[in-house]
Amino acid sequence: MEEAKLKLTDVHKRFGSKVVLNGINLTVPKGKSVVVIGGSGTGKSVMLKSVLGIVKPDSGSIEVDGEDVMRLPANRKEEVLKKFGMLFQGGALFDSLPVWENVGFGLIQGQNMRRKEAKEIAIDTLAKVGMGAEVGELYPAELSGGMQKRVGLARAIATAPEIIFFDEPTTGLDPIMADVINDLIIERVQDLGATTLSITHDMASARKIADYIAMIYKGEIIWYGKKEDVDHSGNEYVDQFIHGRAEGPIQMEILKP
Amino acid sequence: MNIFAAVGRVVLALLAETGRLAVFAWVGVSHLLRPPFYWRQIGQQMLRIGYFSLPVVALTAFFTGGVLALQIYYGGDQFNSETIVATIVALGITRELGPVLGGLMVAGRASAAIAAELGTMRVTEQIDALSTLSTNPHKYLVVPRLMAAILTLPLLVFIGDVIGIFGGFIVGTQTLDFNAGVYVKNTYDFLEYDDITSGLIKAAVFGFIIALMGCFHGFNSKGGAQGVGRATTNAVVTASIFILAANYVMTSLLFSS
Repeated sequence: MEEAKLKLTDVHKRFGSKVVLNGINLTVPKGKSVVVIGGSGTGKSVMLKSVLGIVKPDSGSIEVDGEDVMRLPANRKEEVLKKFGMLFQGGALFDSLPVWENVGFGLIQGQNMRRKEAKEIAIDTLAKVGMGAEVGELYPAELSGGMQKRVGLARAIATAPEIIFFDEPTTGLDPIMADVINDLIIERVQDLGATTLSITHDMASARKIADYIAMIYKGEIIWYGKKEDVDHSGNEYVDQFIHGRAEGPIQMEILKP
Repeated sequence: MNIFAAVGRVVLALLAETGRLAVFAWVGVSHLLRPPFYWRQIGQQMLRIGYFSLPVVALTAFFTGGVLALQIYYGGDQFNSETIVATIVALGITRELGPVLGGLMVAGRASAAIAAELGTMRVTEQIDALSTLSTNPHKYLVVPRLMAAILTLPLLVFIGDVIGIFGGFIVGTQTLDFNAGVYVKNTYDFLEYDDITSGLIKAAVFGFIIALMGCFHGFNSKGGAQGVGRATTNAVVTASIFILAANYVMTSLLFSS
């Protein structure tokens, strides 16, 4: 039995009458990579944001190293959240700051590191994602989509977090750049020995970076298993999703002409 | 029946929004007094809200002072006008027109800019990213803007007062042929310390309103570019209305005795 780094139990969240998380149960083993697949609007992003405290779940428990973050006092919760890093789908880089300051932000503001020292670490981290020191002086608006993803990855790993979330890490990238990002994720996560939870639509990415794959549908985890088992899961929802078929039990809410 | 339901929905929505604003203001004020303080951010915001608003406030004050002098001269009894114009320009500018018009001009400029910036940060997940980098978004984004506006508005209004009185002086001496020395003496004799401080107290409160409205609407914007546009408009409109309402309340309180 693998030790759980992160464990969500019966997590519910609704916005008005819309149920987004309908009793999520998910365990992320320590040092492993779990990828959650699922269509748009199935609750993937809300699940990640619930763990990070950006969205407050209505009920359930979220345990990090055995501590239920939903019931911790604010100061202890802040300490636990320092274990996390996150790569956002759109990068979410601070466009008023140069690239190096984006990467070093968690060190300067979160760990009170001196700017000079943080800049050195930021430049080193940029090198780890294949970017030169000169990129550090640019602003996010001057970067391409692939470069922004790599800067986002550098920012997510700069503080050496124990748990990293990847929100659609390859969305919007060409297949070659997507594979470069996948390779970087695998390499950097192995360097850190981190535990990761990713959400994606991209099956190529999921197959590459995952140890375990889970499928979310209508706010519930409907399948969980090793990535090798995803092709013979015996679950018709998973089959439809991984083969990208319009026909199947998952019906898109589209009006037919 | 439907009319009652519609009215009820509007009232409930208004109450909910008022509650959200009150909580947001309380969180902002509570963080104003607790470290850490982001001095670099505070300095930047003082420049943006205060220094860069100076030309707008100065021009507004100058023309207001000049127009006031003309209106008092043409609309009033021209006998003894040399005393009355100087006195009313000084009192009108320092007690009311300086802080109110200055506040409204800065609301149009700074409140909109704050709402647009924070609104864009919200919809591009930059505010969420702050939370994942061990940085409290209220402390990092809201407090520096509140502090900068509270500190710089009185300075702006003080400069505006001087320029407004100067505008009246220029019109009085160049257009209405008043004696310069007599005009200055009348201004100096009738202007009291409380006239100036009451305007500066108002300006500090207006600064709080301007930053609060910009931050509140920006923080809560949603729905992409349209949402940011709506937040910007709402910030300016609500800041302006609150400034006028607060001005009435403060005038009642400050001058009732």
